[in-house]
Amino acid sequence: MQKVKFDPKRNYRETMAQAGYVARKEANRQTYDTIGFMSGLEVHQQLLTKEKMFCHCPAGFYNHSDDYDAEIIRHMRPTLSELGEYDGTALMEFKTRKEIVYRIKNETACTYEIDDTPPFPLNRESLEIALEISLLSKLNVVGEVHITRKQYLDGSIPAGFQRTAILGVEGELELPHKKIRLIQLSIEEDSCREISDIGHTRTYKTDRLGMPLIETVTYPDCVNPDEVMETCNYIRFLNRSTGKVRTGMGAGRQDVNVSCRGGSRVEIKGVAHTKWIPELTHNEAFRQWSLLLMRNRLKTRVPRPGKWKIKFLELGGNLQLENRHLKKQAKAGLKLIAVNLPYFLGMLSWFTQPGKMFANEISDRLKVIACLEKPNLFHSEAFRSKLTKKEWAAIATFLKAKDEDAQLVFWAAEEDVKTALETIEERCLMAFEGVPEETRKSLEDGTTIFERVLPGADRMYPDTDSAPIPLEDAYIQQLSQNLPEEIIDRYKKLKRWGVPEDTYTYIFSKNLFPLVERIINVLNIRPAFVGTFIGHGLKYAEGRKTTSGKCDYENIYRLFRYLKEKGLHEQLAEKMLPEIIEHPKLDFDSVLTSIKFKRIEKDEIISKIPLLKEKFNGRGGSPGKGDERNWVMGQLRNLALGNMDLTELSKMI
Amino acid sequence: MSNDIFQGYKGGALDVLKKYKVRVWGTTKVDTTRGTFEGTVLPRAENDDDQHIVVKIATGYNIGIDIRTIHSMKETGYKKANYKIPEKEFPYTKGLPKVKLFGTGGTIASRLDYRTGAVIPAFSPGELYGAVPELADICNLETEKVFAVFSENMGPRQYIALAKAIGKEIENGVDGIVIGHGTDTLHHTGAALTFMCQNLPVPVVLVGSQRSSDRPSSDAALNLMHAMKAAGESDIAEVMVCMFGPTSDEYGLLHKGTRVRKMHSSYRSTFRTIGDTPLARISRKEIVPIKKNYNKRRQDKAVKILPYFSDKVSMLYYYPHMHPDVLDAMVEKGYEGIIIVGTGLGHVNKELYPAIERAQKKGVHMYMTLQTLWGYTHMFVYDTGRDMMARGIVPAGNMLPEVAWVKLSWILGQTKDPAKVKEMMLDPVNDEITLREPYNGYLVYQGGVPEVEEFVRNVHK
Repeated sequence: MQKVKFDPKRNYRETMAQAGYVARKEANRQTYDTIGFMSGLEVHQQLLTKEKMFCHCPAGFYNHSDDYDAEIIRHMRPTLSELGEYDGTALMEFKTRKEIVYRIKNETACTYEIDDTPPFPLNRESLEIALEISLLSKLNVVGEVHITRKQYLDGSIPAGFQRTAILGVEGELELPHKKIRLIQLSIEEDSCREISDIGHTRTYKTDRLGMPLIETVTYPDCVNPDEVMETCNYIRFLNRSTGKVRTGMGAGRQDVNVSCRGGSRVEIKGVAHTKWIPELTHNEAFRQWSLLLMRNRLKTRVPRPGKWKIKFLELGGNLQLENRHLKKQAKAGLKLIAVNLPYFLGMLSWFTQPGKMFANEISDRLKVIACLEKPNLFHSEAFRSKLTKKEWAAIATFLKAKDEDAQLVFWAAEEDVKTALETIEERCLMAFEGVPEETRKSLEDGTTIFERVLPGADRMYPDTDSAPIPLEDAYIQQLSQNLPEEIIDRYKKLKRWGVPEDTYTYIFSKNLFPLVERIINVLNIRPAFVGTFIGHGLKYAEGRKTTSGKCDYENIYRLFRYLKEKGLHEQLAEKMLPEIIEHPKLDFDSVLTSIKFKRIEKDEIISKIPLLKEKFNGRGGSPGKGDERNWVMGQLRNLALGNMDLTELSKMI
Repeated sequence: MSNDIFQGYKGGALDVLKKYKVRVWGTTKVDTTRGTFEGTVLPRAENDDDQHIVVKIATGYNIGIDIRTIHSMKETGYKKANYKIPEKEFPYTKGLPKVKLFGTGGTIASRLDYRTGAVIPAFSPGELYGAVPELADICNLETEKVFAVFSENMGPRQYIALAKAIGKEIENGVDGIVIGHGTDTLHHTGAALTFMCQNLPVPVVLVGSQRSSDRPSSDAALNLMHAMKAAGESDIAEVMVCMFGPTSDEYGLLHKGTRVRKMHSSYRSTFRTIGDTPLARISRKEIVPIKKNYNKRRQDKAVKILPYFSDKVSMLYYYPHMHPDVLDAMVEKGYEGIIIVGTGLGHVNKELYPAIERAQKKGVHMYMTLQTLWGYTHMFVYDTGRDMMARGIVPAGNMLPEVAWVKLSWILGQTKDPAKVKEMMLDPVNDEITLREPYNGYLVYQGGVPEVEEFVRNVHK
């Protein structure tokens, strides 16, 4: 056995290599096939309505965390689901004994938000938008909408449940290279925004609470991280194609479900940016793969996992450590508990994610479930332990540990010790099973941390405060007739028009396809030029904009119409664009003045060519043919722009 | 009970279920013009239409399927839900007070009712312990379901049954009594029991919940804990209402049964003592008295149960230009007592005078209370007040209108002698009329005022 000298760093490296972990950049399709990557999405999208979903508070107004009129406190308690079951998450959250504080602002919250008034009838505007998107997503639309309560004991909703309803099931999205099936689409109220979560107190603000939101849920049909991102983009573009959804920070968020072969469904919550998806899903699939390998190792090592138990003792009485870190905790009135994990040598430093090991899984759960702020433990396999080797040896002896065991020490208030010990034992026991089903929070570095146990269908309960809403055939038909064109059809059109593919994301994400198409059809301007102008030029100009306020995209149409009417060439638009974006109120004549445009006849420009050629050749040296053309073009470009087609000019030179 | 397999379905929807032989709780696959749906058929609420079938799909959500879109459906299995709060035996702890909980209905502990789609009460010590295990640290609990009605259906019969049950339990040597009750008429019952159960040796605590106990944020559990603690530990031997103080989960208030009123349709902190301060503040840790004088807990069992009630008393809520025929109609229908709820200091218009005179001639007992709720009737201030008193209307001080109705009903259940009735009406049993209105007995804060806004921002209310 390797008992003489255990090196956690080497163990970490070895377990990482065993899992076949490679950085995302080095991974290819085969990498993901090997570990059986599987992923699906829950895409959330706020709807653009004036009012919230179940009350008449205005939607879309946000306030700063310190700007509030009152605070309200609630405690959450699990209740039975409709089918008479308690939900796992609910019980976990109850264990954590959180005091939830809500900060309310009178402008954005009424008595409904704080659950002191039953719901008002569902906002019809939101229902209509959500139905349009359901139809676009080819879902089977229900005959009657039933509002359901979905339990959330984390406090993100003061009632303890979210009102939500299914509008359609079993849909399909046609992506350019693949079809992605949809499980369902629901409409729901948005939750509170968290301000802080420290110890036993969690604070939220209620401005966003109750705003209408839809959630599109896909089957786990994506087999690599790029597909997940592509699907996510497609759904977002589809939503935006209605022009009736909110955009901007937090208006669209997604939960990503990931598993590897033999793993479990893990939900990465609240991914704010699509571009984070590949890294997050990559790491999560490997975390699961590595946890499965760890399970296999444990199985060979532990004869009877069913009997596996932690052993713990309080430090202080029989074992006094002179460690200053521990002393500091003891001084703060916290209990110091040493825990022995039998057969866990090499497990705590087992690779899970880049820069993270199995010990993090325990620490993360202690923070969430037992409310122990981090750092909340020291363990015997840390790369740089705050305890000396001698101290760990003393702890091992104190716990009567064997060589194949691992140890940790945590600190907690007396009333949290029991939950903490249960949490440690529970997470270790889960390691024998493989990957626990859970929701995880995404971090910017592409890794994730435990958020809560994955809730199941047991947290649903019919909303006894609202009546069902029938959806008549005639109404659905009327909605079907007014839908925007499908994204896939628009995609094909852009391709056919020869618009470069790298412009599509911008065009779809800003819902600018209708603008592009109108400029092409009505003003009869070359499609490739329009597509590039918007997908590259506008994107760039918008990115460099220094003044505040949203871009008025309609102005782009007016710009092309103006050029058309004045008989100017559309290429001039490129030069005018930065001015128009920066000063949207300036009329186009003034823009022309400010860019110093002069109207010159085409013949006059052409007549300058011979003279310039002469001048170029008179400069000596031995220039090539292309150089001459470039130089002459350079001299004439500004003069010609808008007065004639530059390509034509170039040819003439 | 053949209908039970199609629970709640009627008309067209029932026909469809019968046609395809699909039962409630049957798992089913439905082909429709809108696509295929799969799930478990759920019961349908009685008042919903007969054009839809409710199905719970795999993700736990419920949806309705329009029967007019159905091509075919098939039962593929059967899975009946077992909706039950986990029952655990309520543990006995030596040294803890013995508390009796009477169930009357209401939302203290409840479960789903498919018939109405609403929630119905669930109730037994085991169920309560399953839902609120903390109760076992407060008392040793026994429960008895006296009857099960919604709050708005509570009435004289229930008051009398409760009064008698209270008398019996005190005889049995209980340390305190809690009554679970819907909140709508909690204060009527509070008044009725105060009059019917006099000289109480132990606390009698009425409790309910404003948000049903099937939701995680319900006030039910905390109210119940507070009520049990008040019944078991407090030395206030009166009929009290125990409900949230602020809307936050912080503390409860113990209100006197005769001075409490529900003041908001849905707020958690809906109950308020009117014209006085509450008896005490209660949290899970402590009971802090607010009033110094109250009836103290005693060791004897000398309670006086006076279970009387006449159903010949009505209330007349006055509005400007009310026609006299409204009052005449009440008298003609045989009402013997009328509580008038007048404007301002206790007024009605002159147009009513002839009707009042006719009522007086018939010997109807008439008492004046106030729409303003706060304050006293002062019928000497204006001539109209004196005119009315001359016509037999007796001002009822600062008695709340509902309390006056309960009290007059209770008195007329015992005597019809006008002098005796008047003497009893104006002689307070337990502060239904108070001699003084303390300055802090009327505090209806006005939102928007800077100092109030500051207070609300800094204190969780």
